Amino acid sequence: MTADPMIPMPFRVVRQRHELRNVVTLTLEPEAGGRFSFQPGQFNMLYHFGMGEVPISVSGDPAKRRLRHTIRSVGAVTHALTRLRKGDGVGVRGPFGAPWPLAEAEGRDVVLAAGGLGMAPLRPVLYAVMARRERYGRVTLYYGARSPADILYRKQLERWGKRRGIDVRITVDKATPAWRGHVGVVTRLMSREHFAAGNTIAMLCGPEVMMRFSAQTLNRLGVSDGRIYLSMERNMQCGIGLCGHCQLGPTFICRDGPVYRLDEVLPLMKVRGL
Amino acid sequence: MQADGSNPARVIFKEGLQVLLDRLKAAGYQVIGPTVREGAIVYRPIDTVAALPAGIVDEQAPGRYRLGEIRVGEQRPLFAHVVGPDSWKRWLHPPQQLMWRAERKKRGIVFVSASAGGQPPRALLGVRACEIAAMRIQDRVLAEGEWPDAGYRERRKGVFIVAVNCGRAGGSCFCASMGMGPEVTEGFDLALTEQVDAESHRFVVTAGSPSGQRFLDVLPGQPASEEALRRAREQTAKTAAHMGREMPADAGSVLRASLDHPHWEAVAGRCLHCGNCTMVCPTCFCTSMEERTALDGKGTERWRQWDSCFNASFSYLHGGPIRNSGAARYRQWLTHKLAHWEAQFGTAGCSGCGRCVTWCPVGIDITEEVRALGTPQETMRHDGG
Repeated sequence: MTADPMIPMPFRVVRQRHELRNVVTLTLEPEAGGRFSFQPGQFNMLYHFGMGEVPISVSGDPAKRRLRHTIRSVGAVTHALTRLRKGDGVGVRGPFGAPWPLAEAEGRDVVLAAGGLGMAPLRPVLYAVMARRERYGRVTLYYGARSPADILYRKQLERWGKRRGIDVRITVDKATPAWRGHVGVVTRLMSREHFAAGNTIAMLCGPEVMMRFSAQTLNRLGVSDGRIYLSMERNMQCGIGLCGHCQLGPTFICRDGPVYRLDEVLPLMKVRGL
Repeated sequence: MQADGSNPARVIFKEGLQVLLDRLKAAGYQVIGPTVREGAIVYRPIDTVAALPAGIVDEQAPGRYRLGEIRVGEQRPLFAHVVGPDSWKRWLHPPQQLMWRAERKKRGIVFVSASAGGQPPRALLGVRACEIAAMRIQDRVLAEGEWPDAGYRERRKGVFIVAVNCGRAGGSCFCASMGMGPEVTEGFDLALTEQVDAESHRFVVTAGSPSGQRFLDVLPGQPASEEALRRAREQTAKTAAHMGREMPADAGSVLRASLDHPHWEAVAGRCLHCGNCTMVCPTCFCTSMEERTALDGKGTERWRQWDSCFNASFSYLHGGPIRNSGAARYRQWLTHKLAHWEAQFGTAGCSGCGRCVTWCPVGIDITEEVRALGTPQETMRHDGG
């Protein structure tokens, strides 16, 4: 972090990886050297020269020196960011926001539920869990994507499912003839058999409707609201609670979130257009 | 009253006020004060007492603001007005601010801080109690959080505040019910109470800081008598008793309980979503960032400017605005100001200045809206409200 949190730190793209249609992962290094420390769930404001800034969750390994962000091209700034190439400069402010509850998850079963690009902010959780696998109970990832071609980090997840002690369960909304896996919404993957409901921490990331239904299903399976966490998203301009854009009722998502415990935000999520 | 029994307050006259301005300027301050521009009283740099709105009074009501003249005998009071469309926010949290510059070089992007330095410290003349309260509210937001705004803190730290106790309440004023005025009690360097009658035009001046006291001690005038101080207090108390409006005491809990109230649709039907209320509000702090690139593509500037939660783009997220109805946007403004601010910053976000009431083009009065929202929903439905 620079002395003034509003001024970006200069970084350089060292790798640009095409993930899916309109989705790339940028690997970044600070021009000044050194390492970038963050906690899983935190985000940075990424700046593209001449275009502007957007909040993007960190999607890489917290133990690694280099910084990784997975970005979908949905607007002018994200489009420009996805077109950066190796050697291009980029500005980074952060890390900001509250992280996933990894310490609280120790000694418990861990359930992750991701929808679409919501997989990106949850990947650092998987890295962190695998680094200290013995500290956690059963780890299950439920991941719903639109189609087989929209499964983010597919090869990596399949590999982790086979060899790294993570129960990876993927479903798609729309299958193709070659798809042999589950079809349907992510909640249909969830089962009591996968975790000890009374001793589980769940982390959800995806569209709000997907998170609400996932939480309802987990509730039904015995996981209480106080053990369910989710990552919220709003317009952000500053990342430090000064610009006012990311308010959700009495909270600022940049400062009090993006990761919330469900019982803190559920009443707010139920109010339309808050 | 000081330990030795002497009274540090003084009575000064218009000439004394000019001496104060001169001394502030000599001490390096840029003096900002109320002055008339385009039919309204605004806060701009002033050099002399002659720039103050002598004999001007403002008539205010929901959606209405008119300047008129006032005389007391031959005297023309300088502070008979209350607050106008401008606020001190303009000088402490400016409408537009350059945050930094960047250049694209071979070795990546170079960021250069646009430091807030280089501006003189400012003396603010004519600051009302509600406006000091508004500054204290913005201090909590912009200067006292985990990530303070460096520019705001710098500008705020240097200000010298010459406050004025309001001699009358405006038609939209409700500071008394917010507990934020009209008596100036803290957060000032000097406080004036203007006393005008047919024979004389004087100011009872008290100091609120050691720095204020040093200025006060050398002003031409005379020590204030107990009688003069008592009259000043009575005058301010009378102002408190004549507030144009009153905010219900339970506004925060009313709003927290009415997020789904049908009245939001009713008020949104009147609201033009113009954002005037947020622009004139002395506590509204929301901003957006803007990229201003040079034509040659080599340099760029990052500007921050006031934004309003009434703009649809304010809550834009890929796909569209989160608050995509007028009702949702009106609800955001009012619940933030009067309910959620409390949870965020430990204080109400409203000082009761009444600007939003006066400057709303359709005259929406937030004190009335809170009362309507406090009405049980069933009643609203039956009444067709």
